[in-house]
Amino acid sequence: MDIARHWRLRRQRYALEGEQCRHCGEYIFPPRDICPHCGEEAGPVRRMSGKGEVYSFTVVHEPPTGYEAQAPYAVALVRLAEGPLITAQLTDIDAAEIKIGMPVEMVTRRLRTDGEDGLIQYGYKFRPQLTTP
Amino acid sequence: MREVVIQGIGQTPVEEHWERSLRDLAAEAGLAAMRDAGVERIDAVFVGNMLSGQIARQENLGALTADWIGQRGAEGYKVEAACASGAAAFRAAFLAVASGALDAVLAIGVEKMTETSGPETTAALVSAADADYEGVQGISFVGLNALIMRRYLHEFGWKHTDFGEFSINAHANGARNPHARLRQPITERDYVRARMICEPINLLDASPIGDGAAAALLLPVEKAPSGPRPRVVVAGSAAASDSVAVHDRKDPLFLSAAHLGAKRAYAQAGVGPEQIDFFELHDAFSILAALSLEACGFAERGQGPRLALEGAIRLDGRLPVCTQGGLKARGHPVGATGMYQIVEAAQQLRGEAGGNQLAKARTALTQNIGGSGASIYTHILQRKKI
Repeated sequence: MDIARHWRLRRQRYALEGEQCRHCGEYIFPPRDICPHCGEEAGPVRRMSGKGEVYSFTVVHEPPTGYEAQAPYAVALVRLAEGPLITAQLTDIDAAEIKIGMPVEMVTRRLRTDGEDGLIQYGYKFRPQLTTP
Repeated sequence: MREVVIQGIGQTPVEEHWERSLRDLAAEAGLAAMRDAGVERIDAVFVGNMLSGQIARQENLGALTADWIGQRGAEGYKVEAACASGAAAFRAAFLAVASGALDAVLAIGVEKMTETSGPETTAALVSAADADYEGVQGISFVGLNALIMRRYLHEFGWKHTDFGEFSINAHANGARNPHARLRQPITERDYVRARMICEPINLLDASPIGDGAAAALLLPVEKAPSGPRPRVVVAGSAAASDSVAVHDRKDPLFLSAAHLGAKRAYAQAGVGPEQIDFFELHDAFSILAALSLEACGFAERGQGPRLALEGAIRLDGRLPVCTQGGLKARGHPVGATGMYQIVEAAQQLRGEAGGNQLAKARTALTQNIGGSGASIYTHILQRKKI
C-alpha cells in the first residue's frame, strides 16, 4: 500500500479536515488550492462536524481487490451538515434499514488491510447518529 | 480549420479474444481502416486506451501500434480519458488534421479487459474515479452509478422497471450486429428478473466488459479522394470536463460536461437537437442513457426514461439510440468504446448498417463518457454528397 499517500491524507481521513472559503463562505472537503464554488483561493482550514445525512446509497457485492473480506458492504453519498457531499462506507447498520435522508455521523474504522506486511489503513465511515444534533 | 473526412473505418468484434493481444487487436482495426480508406502511409496514430498499463503492463502504445501496423516513423500517442479514451483519441486526431499540422491520421480505440480476474479488473476500472476519496472506500464503478441511479429514482419518482426499455432496445439492435458481444434479444421479464449487482443496478442495466478495437482514418477534405460512397465529415467535435468525484458535483444528477460538449458541438455544426437523426450515447448503465438524453437537449430534467418508454429511441422512433447495440449489447471495452460509436455512426451515414440501417441517417451525434461524467467527448458526424 502507499504509506506516504495514506500518511499525507491522515487529517482528512481521521478528522474530516476541509476548508471554508474566505471569499464565498462555502465549506470544502477535501481541501484544495482553488475554491470549486467561486474560483478564488480556498482556505482557511476547517474541520467538519462529522454529522450529516444519507443522500444516496448502495450495497457493493462485487468489490475491487483488497475489499473482498468485507463484502457485502454499504457505501453512501453523505451530505455533511456543513454542505459538502462525501463518499463513505456505512457501518453498524443493516443494509435493509438504510434510508435516504437518515442522519449519520462519522466514526473511524478500518478501511482495508493491504500489502505483504498487512498494513492497516484507517479512515472515516458513517453510522446512524447516536447523538441528537 | 480544415474540414475533416472519415475516409476509412475498421473494427474487430467485441469478445473475449483469448488468442489476440492488445497490440494485435489495435493493429487489426487500424489496418482495416487504412485498407478501407485506400491509404498506405499515415502521419500519426492516436491510440485511445485506458488500462494497458494496469492490465497488460504495457504503455508507450503510440509507438508500439505504429510499429505493429508497419508505420515506423509515424508519430504515435496514447490518449487516456478513462472510458472516453476512444473518442478523446478521435478528437486529438481530428484536431491534428483540422489544424493543418498533419494529413493522414489514424485514430484507434483498443482495450483488453479479460486478461485479469474480476476483482482486479474492477479495481482497475475504479481508477477512473477519485482514488483518494472514492476508491479508498471500496466503491466499485457500478457502485458509483448505483448511487446516482438511486438518488435519481428518489428525486424524480421513477421506478426501476421504467429503465428496462433502454436495455431491451440495445439488445434488439445488438442482435443484428455481427460485431456485438451480446447478440440475444431480451424481454421485459428478463429485465425484471435479472440478478441484482449493485442495487438498484441489475445485470441488465450494466454493459459487459470485453476485448476489442475500432479505428478511423482521417483526411482533410481536399486530400480525400471521392468515390461511389457517401462522404462522412466531422461537423462538430467538442469536449468538456466535470469533477472526477461524483460527490464533488454541483448536481450529481446532471451531466454538465455532456451539456457543455453538446452545446459546443451543436454550435460548430450549426444544428440543434431537432436535426439529429440518431444518437450513439454512452449507455454503460441505463441511468447514464437517461442522463445523456437530458443533458444533450432531448428530454427535460428527470424525464430521460420517458423517451424510452414512448419508443422514441427505437430504430423506427424519432431519435434512434444505440443503433448497433450500444455499450449494453455491443459491449464496452472501455478505451475502445468511443471509437466503436464513431465507426457505427459512420456505417449508418454510409448506408452500411445492415439489418439496423436507418431510413434517415444524415446527421449523427456520438457521445463518449469517461468516469461517471468527468470526461465527455461529443461529436457530430454528417453524410455529405460529393
